[in-house]
Amino acid sequence: MSGVGDLGVERWTPRAAVFVAAALAVLGGLAFGPALFSAAITERLSALFIYVILAVMWNVLAGYGGLVSVGQQAFFGLGAYVAVRLSAAGISVYPALLLAALVVGGLALPIGEVMLRLSGGEFAIGMWVVAELAHLLVNLDPLVQGETGTSLIALDAFGAAARRADTYWAALAAMAFLLALVFLMLRGRLGTALQAIRDDDVAAASIGVRVLATKRVVFVLAAAGAALAGALWLATAITFQPHAYFSVQWTAYMIFMTLVGGLGTFEGPVLGAVLFFIVETAFGASGVWYLVGLGAAALGFALFAPRGVWGAFAARFSPRLLPLGYHVVLPAGLVPALGKKGEEQA
Amino acid sequence: MTQTGPILAATGLGKRFGALVVLEDVDFTVGIGEAVGIVGPNGAGKTTLLNVLSGRYAPEAGRITFRGADVTALDVAARCRLGIARSHQIPRPFGGMTVFENLLVAAAAGAGARGRMAEQRVLETLALCGLLGLANRRGETLGLLDRKRLELARALATEPALLLLDEIGAGLTDGEARGLVEIIGAIRERGIAIVWIEHIVHVLVQVVGRLVCMDAGRVIADGEPAAVLRNAAVIDAYLGSATHAPAHG
Repeated sequence: MSGVGDLGVERWTPRAAVFVAAALAVLGGLAFGPALFSAAITERLSALFIYVILAVMWNVLAGYGGLVSVGQQAFFGLGAYVAVRLSAAGISVYPALLLAALVVGGLALPIGEVMLRLSGGEFAIGMWVVAELAHLLVNLDPLVQGETGTSLIALDAFGAAARRADTYWAALAAMAFLLALVFLMLRGRLGTALQAIRDDDVAAASIGVRVLATKRVVFVLAAAGAALAGALWLATAITFQPHAYFSVQWTAYMIFMTLVGGLGTFEGPVLGAVLFFIVETAFGASGVWYLVGLGAAALGFALFAPRGVWGAFAARFSPRLLPLGYHVVLPAGLVPALGKKGEEQA
Repeated sequence: MTQTGPILAATGLGKRFGALVVLEDVDFTVGIGEAVGIVGPNGAGKTTLLNVLSGRYAPEAGRITFRGADVTALDVAARCRLGIARSHQIPRPFGGMTVFENLLVAAAAGAGARGRMAEQRVLETLALCGLLGLANRRGETLGLLDRKRLELARALATEPALLLLDEIGAGLTDGEARGLVEIIGAIRERGIAIVWIEHIVHVLVQVVGRLVCMDAGRVIADGEPAAVLRNAAVIDAYLGSATHAPAHG
């Protein structure tokens, strides 16, 4: 019956340190991509990095914040649009991509003020309405010329190879930065507050959590992340046609990647993005049947494996490669002793 | 113990849902470190009173002061940060978080605790509530008794000066309820004031020094438990309509 002073609380494990070192080494290796890979592979990998951003940011919103949105294409499209606008205003093209994400994050503040008063299905569908509205408003801009669209003309100043490499590095850096940011955020106090809100917002308020303020932070972050992905996509595609960017398919991809990988886990969406990328690379040319297959797979995971690939793996093996939570190191006797309703074992 | 005056004082509280008057002109005070039980038949307004005191519902009439400051306009979270914590009748664990994390977020948000100090306090609270062995279990995996303990422990982790308990013994066996009574008694000994709603009167009177009886949105008796239970209006309103009379006697 000693005090609890000798109990340890673990947040980090040697295995996690090895894993992080390995992940950093992979990221470092990827930085040499444009020199090592063919033009086609460099372009495909840029797309993969953007997918990872999309999945991770949607997961922060839905998996940790409990804010399921089917309208994140609003921010994806606005990110690309603002990048076009900033570039047309004379800002050099790669800084414009980053600035576009910040501008859209700012736009998300007033949108969040309205939308965060909704909950559940109302929020989800309301966000879709926001996306449609954003699409219509962008179409009114004479620069965009309606559905004809425009392009990021400033990129023509670069040679094809330089552009490909710069876009690759920008996407890689954006992905690495956002992964680190989200990881640190989820490990911190904001992360536990978010999970509490996701699990039960009434209970979260009852223990002093500032529910609306916390949701606001995650909403703006997810918006800025989706916008950065949209701006980067514009840099890979160059052309901006509103319907291609404000399409609900982007959110469908985000949901697919997150559900398949593991909603509400840090590693899951990254794994989901890689799986999606592989499936798309293998079957993307099959047109409609590819989309049917994606939809069926997402439905199957939602029904039969709601934890996703990573969630199921983690539940079984608890690898704790990137631990976000806390693990109390208990003396061996304590767990079984309490399991028998407090009977003490000599 | 030199400070005088109540820790919580509510005057003239009124609350209605549409045409239904649930609280009418309720005055209610709690002294520093005092334990008060609230009894009354179903629909008497007990849980509504708790919801108004905790800030979940705004009253249409009346005023609530806590440690001398008016808190009537503050929401649940703000009142919790000032020191009013509550447990829910149907436990609301954070299912995806471990038991330890359930308390840690409460210590951080409710008490502003940080770092190693916060972790240490959480471990102590878990030990007090008999949950230490379950520290790494996810909230959703707990059974009813452990969920009730978690509800209590999590409220305690916010370091309240006043703890509001909503039928924490409901649904438990007598043996299980006894275990909770021990914990609540220990909480009281730490000087934390308690307002406890409970149907099971013989459990309640083991901890509280004062009993309030409500009926139809009003306070009909308030005082020493034995005297309140002998009160004719109480017997008529509460015991007369109860499905089982209190076994304690």
